[in-house]
Amino acid sequence: MGLVNDVPLQWFLALSLYMFVLGAIGVMVRRNPVVMFMCIELMLNAVNLTFLAFARYQPSGALASGDVPTAMAGQMMVIFVMAVAAAEVAVGLGIITAIFRLKNRADADDLGSLRG
Amino acid sequence: MTANQVAFLLVGGLAALGATGVVACGEKPVRSALCLVLNFFLLGVLYFMLGAELLGIIQVMVYAGAIMVLFLFVVMVLALQSQEAPRHKERRWPLAIVGAIALAATVASVIVTFDPSPFSQPVGDGYGKPQAIGAYLFTEYALPFEVASVLLLVGIVGSVLLARRNA
Repeated sequence: MGLVNDVPLQWFLALSLYMFVLGAIGVMVRRNPVVMFMCIELMLNAVNLTFLAFARYQPSGALASGDVPTAMAGQMMVIFVMAVAAAEVAVGLGIITAIFRLKNRADADDLGSLRG
Repeated sequence: MTANQVAFLLVGGLAALGATGVVACGEKPVRSALCLVLNFFLLGVLYFMLGAELLGIIQVMVYAGAIMVLFLFVVMVLALQSQEAPRHKERRWPLAIVGAIALAATVASVIVTFDPSPFSQPVGDGYGKPQAIGAYLFTEYALPFEVASVLLLVGIVGSVLLARRNA
């Protein structure tokens, strides 16, 4: 049922790497703060995919430690990443809205007033 | 090539395409947002393929649903279209490309030489079901869970405060 033992773990890691690198490029290249924010979300999701891939393909002996099983630890991490990302998006978009209202435009290059 | 591999290539390829669209869709942030919705939804499908059913559902509801609605709202309300000053765009490409290639090469070298044989222990059936997740969320991870709820509350109050009109 839905289990993908025959898909290599590396495929998931490769997709995750691709998404993360694209997100990093986007943050560096795009100047629209909302799009930069989306790229950060892309990077967060790439990491989430890695967590879940390793949760599914857990290392042998992971259960022997007596601690939380790897499969559960990975999923818990993803849940908390999602919670933090939700809070981050709410506050971040609020900040962007406030900046836009103040300056009537929002370009990351114009926001250097704290640079000193 | 098995059916599962074909399914992964299809879903993963489309997800990669969506991710590309987020960065490559030029002037209109709405297009980036819609590409991101596609990407998040397909990631939810991949989570299902990995056996993490509850997280797949949460991914679709929270990310593809709630978070992207927030993004689309802000994009539409603020009308940020074509706000990007073209003078800055070209300058950053070399740095971005070099950094991205360095990052990709570093991680890809690990992935290519990666030995997956230790990572083949079968997980117990139903490890992604709500029962299993709830059992850990409310016992081992009860403290992080509460901290996350406080963080979300702070986030709500903060965003209301920031977005208020005469703040």
